[in-house]
Amino acid sequence: MSPLVGQVINLFAAVLLLIAFAMLAQRRIVTLIHLFALQGLALVGSTTTVAFATGQHHLYWSAGITFALKVVILPLILHRLIRRLNVKWDIETLINIPTMMLVGILLVVFAFNLALPISQFSQSIARGTLGIAMACVLMSFLMMITRSKAVPQVIGFLAMENGLFFAATSATYGMPMVVELGIALDVLVGMVILGVFMFQIREQFDSLDIHHLEKLKED
Amino acid sequence: MAQIASLLAIDGALIVVAGWLAIGVAGLAALHNVRLVGRLLFPLSALLSVALAGIALLALPGTPQTAVLAIGLPDLPFHLRLDALSAFFLALLGLASAGISVFAGGYFRQGEGTPPGLLCMHYHLFLASMALVLLADDAYAYMVTWEMMALSSFFLVTTNHRIAEIRKAGYLYLLVAHVGAIAILLCFGVLQANTGDYTFANMRAQHLSPFWASCAFGLSLFGFGAKAGILPLHIWLPEAHPAAPSPVSALMSGVMLKTAVYGLIRVNFDLIATPLWWWGTIALGLGLATAIFGVVFAAAQVDMKRLLAYSSIENIGLIVVGLGLAIVFNAYRMDALAALALAASLYHCLNHALFKSLLFLGTGSVLHATHERSLGKLGGLMRFMPFVAWTTLVGVIASAGLPPSNGFVSEWLLLQSFLFTGELPNPYLRMLVPVFAAGVVLVAALAGYVMVKFFGVIFLGRPREEKLAQARDADGLERLGLAWLTAGCLLLGLFPVAVLEVIDPITVAMVGKGLAQSGHAGDWLMLAPVSAERASYSPLLFFLLTLSIVLVAFALVRRFYHGRVRRAAPWDCGFPMQTARMQDTAEGFGQPIRQIFEPFFRMRRELPSPFDSAPRYKVTVEDPMWAWVYLRIAAVTEAASRLVGLLQRGRISIYLLYSFVTLVALLSLTQL
Amino acid sequence: MNVEGLLAQITALLVALAGAPLVMGWVNMCRAWLQNRAAPPLLQPFRLLHKLFWKESVIAHDASPLFRVAPYVVFGCMLLACMIIPTLSTNLPLAPAADAIALVGLFGLARLFISLAAMDIGTSFGTMGARREMLIGFLAEPAFLMVLFTASLISSSTSLATTVATLAHREFAIQPSLAFAGIAFTMVSLAENARVPVDNPATHLELTMIHEALILEYSGRHLALLEWAAALKLFAYSCAGLAIFFPWGIAEARDHVALLWALPALAVKLAAGGFALALIETILAKMRIFRVPEFLATAFLLGVLALLVHLLLGA
Repeated sequence: MSPLVGQVINLFAAVLLLIAFAMLAQRRIVTLIHLFALQGLALVGSTTTVAFATGQHHLYWSAGITFALKVVILPLILHRLIRRLNVKWDIETLINIPTMMLVGILLVVFAFNLALPISQFSQSIARGTLGIAMACVLMSFLMMITRSKAVPQVIGFLAMENGLFFAATSATYGMPMVVELGIALDVLVGMVILGVFMFQIREQFDSLDIHHLEKLKED
Repeated sequence: MAQIASLLAIDGALIVVAGWLAIGVAGLAALHNVRLVGRLLFPLSALLSVALAGIALLALPGTPQTAVLAIGLPDLPFHLRLDALSAFFLALLGLASAGISVFAGGYFRQGEGTPPGLLCMHYHLFLASMALVLLADDAYAYMVTWEMMALSSFFLVTTNHRIAEIRKAGYLYLLVAHVGAIAILLCFGVLQANTGDYTFANMRAQHLSPFWASCAFGLSLFGFGAKAGILPLHIWLPEAHPAAPSPVSALMSGVMLKTAVYGLIRVNFDLIATPLWWWGTIALGLGLATAIFGVVFAAAQVDMKRLLAYSSIENIGLIVVGLGLAIVFNAYRMDALAALALAASLYHCLNHALFKSLLFLGTGSVLHATHERSLGKLGGLMRFMPFVAWTTLVGVIASAGLPPSNGFVSEWLLLQSFLFTGELPNPYLRMLVPVFAAGVVLVAALAGYVMVKFFGVIFLGRPREEKLAQARDADGLERLGLAWLTAGCLLLGLFPVAVLEVIDPITVAMVGKGLAQSGHAGDWLMLAPVSAERASYSPLLFFLLTLSIVLVAFALVRRFYHGRVRRAAPWDCGFPMQTARMQDTAEGFGQPIRQIFEPFFRMRRELPSPFDSAPRYKVTVEDPMWAWVYLRIAAVTEAASRLVGLLQRGRISIYLLYSFVTLVALLSLTQL
Repeated sequence: MNVEGLLAQITALLVALAGAPLVMGWVNMCRAWLQNRAAPPLLQPFRLLHKLFWKESVIAHDASPLFRVAPYVVFGCMLLACMIIPTLSTNLPLAPAADAIALVGLFGLARLFISLAAMDIGTSFGTMGARREMLIGFLAEPAFLMVLFTASLISSSTSLATTVATLAHREFAIQPSLAFAGIAFTMVSLAENARVPVDNPATHLELTMIHEALILEYSGRHLALLEWAAALKLFAYSCAGLAIFFPWGIAEARDHVALLWALPALAVKLAAGGFALALIETILAKMRIFRVPEFLATAFLLGVLALLVHLLLGA
């Protein structure tokens, strides 16, 4: 295995991290969806590289599924969703963006140190990537926390899954096929359910602002 | 010869102190004689300052000297000690105060509050107590002189005590100073570890447990931080500095803040033998927060002395960042890097003492010439006060941290110590420290913004008020003071290797290694603290190169083309109506910063409506620390007092009952 | 200091002086082509400079000496920057005088002087230009330094010559950190050189200009010096970027043949870089001034990320 493969995977990892930061800083929903598709693409790239380097053919399949699902279908659904819901407005963030960037940097450092002992045992190609995958998960989580509208929260949820998937491929050469298929299906179904859910929210409150959900609690 | 000089150094320092006290008393004798005080006493005191700086520099490389002064309480004499660290800060005191005292000779006048003779007394008491703080070698002497310093500077701040705001500022200063002093006292209490011996020698011998050592660190950071202006204890600084007369502001900002830095170094590098790494991260974080906060607020100020006060907070932040880094390296026994970071801090102390004094004195001259402190009413003074303007420009370049000034050298050293952190054993630190470097760089760049605003609005452009055209340039003694500090800034910037050689014995004493051992020695021109391949900087070469390019370009343009100039009205895109009021005001110049760092500020804006006949725009920027910290403390205190107030019933029999219950309770305690 | 080093230094100086207006002319040519216009000749900037030098200098009544000194200082700073950056050879005797941090300081010094000079006349446009220039500066300077720090961490040296030599000697490897740093660097250089999308070098539309507002009151030889300094700045930035991210073809000590090759290599790289700049300027639109802080903050963040990624992945 040439060192080039490791470098390419590192590059994809870095791109994933970059996109995670970009998503955290992004104010517009449409761009957010583009970024999400781009993240899927980077994932496809890294999975293909790992498949090529290790000769594990099922990874090609999972790369294919990822491509179909995360680069094509889900962004399409999301685009349709925002068109139907007519929610192209700028996203309000609960915390201002520079602060979020700072927290993001801290999260990266934290995640990397968390992954450090694990990646030392790991025999896989690129050791540093586990930390980045973890950072992506945490940052997507942060994005979900700090957005007040439902659509970006869903995107955050999906991006989180991307991070997990990247951790799986880079650290352990992917999960068994069955599990992967299951997750893919889960994501798809989850997306559909959330879409339906969003329509319901809007019908109920005339808005997608999740602040309205606070009214549901009993006083 | 050197032997004799080094033997007598501490006595020499004490003679200077005595001289200052004598001048102070003499001032008291000539209470209203401005000529005597200004033309004789202050210049004399400046000579003493120069002597002190000389003595300290001679004593610096030598072995520590001690002395015992039998003053104060019986059995509690003052222990004094002059080692490399004290000598360095004494030299700083001497160098800065020499310029300030000469300037003060021309500055103080009759009819500005306190009579000049009394002011001269307070001033020299202040100087003497600072020198003694730096010499003190036991907690008792330290605390006495420290309090003397606080009190004398309080009287100096409230020179114009007829103005209510100044009285308020002075009171706030006194309050914070005393809260800090309590923390320092407790810190010494922890350090002596129940031995009952409060000399520093005894404290050095103690080996504290990590818990108690950490307590001492926290107390020292709080206590000295209150004096230095570390967040959130900085609030007195922007109130007190503008209130004081300019030479006093210069002395407080340039020198007194450094005594707090001295205290921090003394406690955490000298008295505590084994620092822990996380102290360093706390200092790093606090320092960086202070620096960013200070510089962002400086950019929003509209009062020139407040602006400088916030800029001082920023510089103290940078110094503390350097100290934090040094503590981290010291804890991991990475001595060479610790020496680099500590040297950067010390260098910055010296630089800040000079350039900030210079800037404060510059504002003093402007203040006397125009009676105006608000930036919105100044402008165009470069034409009327060229000497003050050009000397201030040197200070501005230094304060902005640009080469080839002295401010750049210390920033350069600090960044160098940030860059070579790859060997840190702690992975968190290894990754976070370069991020801190990013913050430091941001602060340095913002300082440039602040300084352009400061200089541009005061000295450049057109006068915003009619009366400014009558402004007079500084005269005799004031010029001498400004020139002295300017020369200091230039020399410190151009010959950093010489300065680092002076600092070397201190880092050897504090962290066990000097910079000379790690490679720059031998080459007086080139500053290369680690190795020439890694990093090098030669300000003199840099300066001469730029200068020669400028001169050659000038000569060539004259030789091949011409040097004709025609004066005309400004072009300004052909706009016909231009008044001085159309220039950017100080508020306008700071507006982008206010917008970008909006969460930092508590702003109140009054915007005019389009239909106002007399439109008014007003924006006030407040320090959020008041609301976040101090008002809450005040609220809690008030609530607690109200609880205590419940005890107050107004009937004598109930008060007697309290006494009775207390008595019975105490008596029952004796039975246990 | 040996003869060879001296030779390399003088060559670098002359190449900078002559090459800077050429690069400017080349970028203008490319842009004209891309926009389907007739291009001005390559030597047009030289003619402009010559013309300006001959013209009389008209100065406002209230101009202080600072106003007249500033063009020379700015010119001196930029020329010195060109002499420090390893354009042709890493064997520069003057290079140890200033490292990467001092280089940023040098640009900062020039910025301080030009801003102060713009405030000196006391016109509303001048002060506005100074404010905007300082705004860009305080955001761009840290971003630039972060880029340089990333390169410095890889080579564990802040000396530009050593950094470039180390980077040139490495085996080829894909380095995400350098890629990030490269993007950040491009953004910073666009902002620092007053290019689209931050500023438009071709505009005199009063409310949008930055660089032009600063030099509005200058004329004659002072303006010529400032224009030349601006060209030198572009040249310095281009060469710094090329030296760090494409360090091939730069000669080293005791390599006489390489020194001969270095000049054509630099010319080719600069030509490509200039074309890329023209392309960027053609396809992008100028952004509102209020968006500039975000643009530069992104560059800063990218720089910090580059540093972090280098530390995380060791690459």
